[in-house]
Amino acid sequence: MTEPLLDLTPEGLFSPALGAHIDPHRPVARAIITHGHADHARAGHGAVLATRQTLDIMAIRYGADFAGQTQVADGEITMGRARVRLVPAGHVLGSAQVVIEAGGRRAVVSGDYTRTANPACAPFEPVPCDLFVTEATFALPVFRHPPPEVEIARLLASVAAFPERPHLIGTYALGKAQRLIMLLRQAGWHAPIHIHGALQRLCDYHVEQGIPLGELRPATMDRAEARALSSAIVLAPPSAFASPWVQRFADPVVGFASGWMQIRARARQRGVELPLVISDHSDWGQLTATVEELDPAEFWITHGREDALMRWADLTGRRARPLRLLGYEEEAE
Amino acid sequence: MKAFAALLERLAFTPGRNAKLAHLEGYFRDAPDPDRGYALAALTGDLSLGRVKPALLRGLAEERVDPELFALSYDYVGDLAETVALIWPAAGAEGDLRLADAVESLSALGRVEAGQKLAGWLDTLGPSERLALLKLATGGLRVGVSARLARAALARVGAPEVEEIEEVWHGLELPYRELFAWLEGGPRPEAAALAPFRPVMLSTPTDAEQLDPLDPAEYAAEWKWDGIRVQAVAEQGTARLYTRTGEDISAAFPDIVERMAFEGALDGELLIRHGEVVAPFADLQKRLNRKSAGKTMRTRHPAALRLYDILTWEGEDLRPLPFNTRRTRLEAALTTLDEPRFDASPILDFTTWEELANLRADPPEAVIEGVMLKRRDSAYTAGRPRGPWFKWKRDALLVDAVVLYAQRGHGKRSGFYSDFTFALWDGDALVPVGKAYSGFTDEELRRLDRFVRDHTVERFGPVRSLQPRLVVEVAFEGLNRSRRHRSGVAMRFPRINRIRWDKPAAEADHLPALTALLPPEVTP
Ligand SMILES: [Zn+2]
Ligand SMILES: [Zn+2]
Repeated sequence: MTEPLLDLTPEGLFSPALGAHIDPHRPVARAIITHGHADHARAGHGAVLATRQTLDIMAIRYGADFAGQTQVADGEITMGRARVRLVPAGHVLGSAQVVIEAGGRRAVVSGDYTRTANPACAPFEPVPCDLFVTEATFALPVFRHPPPEVEIARLLASVAAFPERPHLIGTYALGKAQRLIMLLRQAGWHAPIHIHGALQRLCDYHVEQGIPLGELRPATMDRAEARALSSAIVLAPPSAFASPWVQRFADPVVGFASGWMQIRARARQRGVELPLVISDHSDWGQLTATVEELDPAEFWITHGREDALMRWADLTGRRARPLRLLGYEEEAE
Repeated sequence: MKAFAALLERLAFTPGRNAKLAHLEGYFRDAPDPDRGYALAALTGDLSLGRVKPALLRGLAEERVDPELFALSYDYVGDLAETVALIWPAAGAEGDLRLADAVESLSALGRVEAGQKLAGWLDTLGPSERLALLKLATGGLRVGVSARLARAALARVGAPEVEEIEEVWHGLELPYRELFAWLEGGPRPEAAALAPFRPVMLSTPTDAEQLDPLDPAEYAAEWKWDGIRVQAVAEQGTARLYTRTGEDISAAFPDIVERMAFEGALDGELLIRHGEVVAPFADLQKRLNRKSAGKTMRTRHPAALRLYDILTWEGEDLRPLPFNTRRTRLEAALTTLDEPRFDASPILDFTTWEELANLRADPPEAVIEGVMLKRRDSAYTAGRPRGPWFKWKRDALLVDAVVLYAQRGHGKRSGFYSDFTFALWDGDALVPVGKAYSGFTDEELRRLDRFVRDHTVERFGPVRSLQPRLVVEVAFEGLNRSRRHRSGVAMRFPRINRIRWDKPAAEADHLPALTALLPPEVTP
């Protein structure tokens, strides 16, 4: 009997052939990290293998000593009784899929991914495989993310309609913020964009990595300055909206950029006036098209809404298995 | 449909009145006829398509999507039209459908044909337009736009004032081409409807200090009744009852309309009256909440008019005449009418402001909210001119309550915890009795915000539950019995009058202190 390429352990997904966990949610001896989001990349592992950018991002978030030792995934690496390489996932800067090969079989762990072009990172690279492990954050047929350009046009139309009201857009610090900035630049918005302090270091890092974000200004102005803003776009992490930081802005239009904004009840819950459906994850169409394209003998579903994908697998005669991994936050990205 | 869908989308998430007005104004300026007219009617609830029922809609979707996937999605989304709009498979190129074409076809078709037509359109539209179309077809836009707000937005499009728009409103016909032409500089539409609404004259608030320099002899005083202000218009066999903003509520009050055997326009208060006894406002509310009134409703809560002005009579416009003359004409008209359900609001007898203050402090009936003052020589002028008419309301009722929950505000109060749920003691427990926010000073707003953040027990989205420590003095205009509230009472117009930083929560008021203020129940 051949050794399985992947297995499930209490710490999360494990490859017996590699002797390493993938995105474990507890400290382990050897971890492969797909990308820098907090629910995938945790501090305290013995050894970490990841892309250069993911390692840099983890160091920015957790400090340089976030793991016992680190290794940049550069080309194909032999580890234990298997070979591993990381290929782009299109999710955020540095995000990767983990491709594992041994005994003539290949497994791919997607991490989080999207097939929509993202000007702030490399695009998803499809790798045909025997076993595909997919995320399922937006795995319901109602999730069909509109082109991001359409949502950016809505934001700019609102800024034009209400120039006296600053537009405060909630966005996660890693990936979404920079993508939003790049989309605004591509749409011809060249004015300075104000960013909350919590976004500064990751924006700086993107610029260092050659992503031209244009002029960014700290959104730490005082009340008088904040009230003098005109046609301003201000980006801030969601947590800032519950903090007194918001109070400096007079009558803001509060927006939020997330795939969840497609559902009205979710947008209302957040008290959002301008919901922007911009997601770094795959929507239903992309999830099912990706499985069809890679055509694996079997696919596993890590986290998200697995019921609908399981039903789809049933209807299309595919083998699928829900892993129901815990510890991933649906909101956090 | 694109522009209309975008408008609905923005309105659905916009809490602020001004921002809502701006969205509406932009749409009315840019959209072509006749689409904008249909949009206006859809927003104000004057377009009743509603031919497509939920079961039909679900059936259409399940012909295209696996029912189990549909069920999982509906369960997550929670709204049928939204689920269908999102899940509908795109069938090729996105076209656009004229709003007018959709409305005109849907109103001409039967249910089954309407469903088939709808499915065809859904195939060609994007998700946002699909949702707009489905909301239109099922008859529930629910974007928080009243006819009044829509008219305020129309008034921003062109020169005519909102009162002028109210005046012509009921004579207008879909799709309102002549209305928009007027807003854009064309001729004023002829008031084609019979028995049209006339813009009302409104009063401004006053108090003893402001009245002091005025001469009491120049003013007539009446009770201010706690009903709703209405205009009863009967012309050439058509009788209509309007609210003071021109909403036609005739259908809900047939017992009034069928008695309007006159030729003219009268101004007064709509009340529920059993013999001589006027029932509390809550009883009137029961009838206002319904579109029509069955026999039981009418006998249990019989409506009556208490009139205080006469605008036209038998073809003559009386509005330019002084109040005193109009009053004489009103009394004469009522004598001729001899209708027991219509009476005149009595003129109060007083010679000094002090005497009037005493009357106001001790009114003969619970449903009196204060007094009205009208200059005897004043003509009937639409709008709210300052001076000729005053309302001198009874002092607000007050209660000291404990703040239990706080919610983040919107717009100018963004980021501040500024909306509060407050409670009274019932034994050892605190029972919520109402919700309020108010015009705090910036300093108070900041201090309250700090208090909320420092005393949070739990957070649920934008709401926080608090340690029961802060006492506020709540002012309100009256009380109704309510089965929907745990406390059994509902306050009218509650607002935070004062923050009692000094007062310990244990010394806040008890529920019985509040229920004692309930008006007596009036039964037939
Ligand atoms: Zn992620
Ligand atoms: Zn994730």
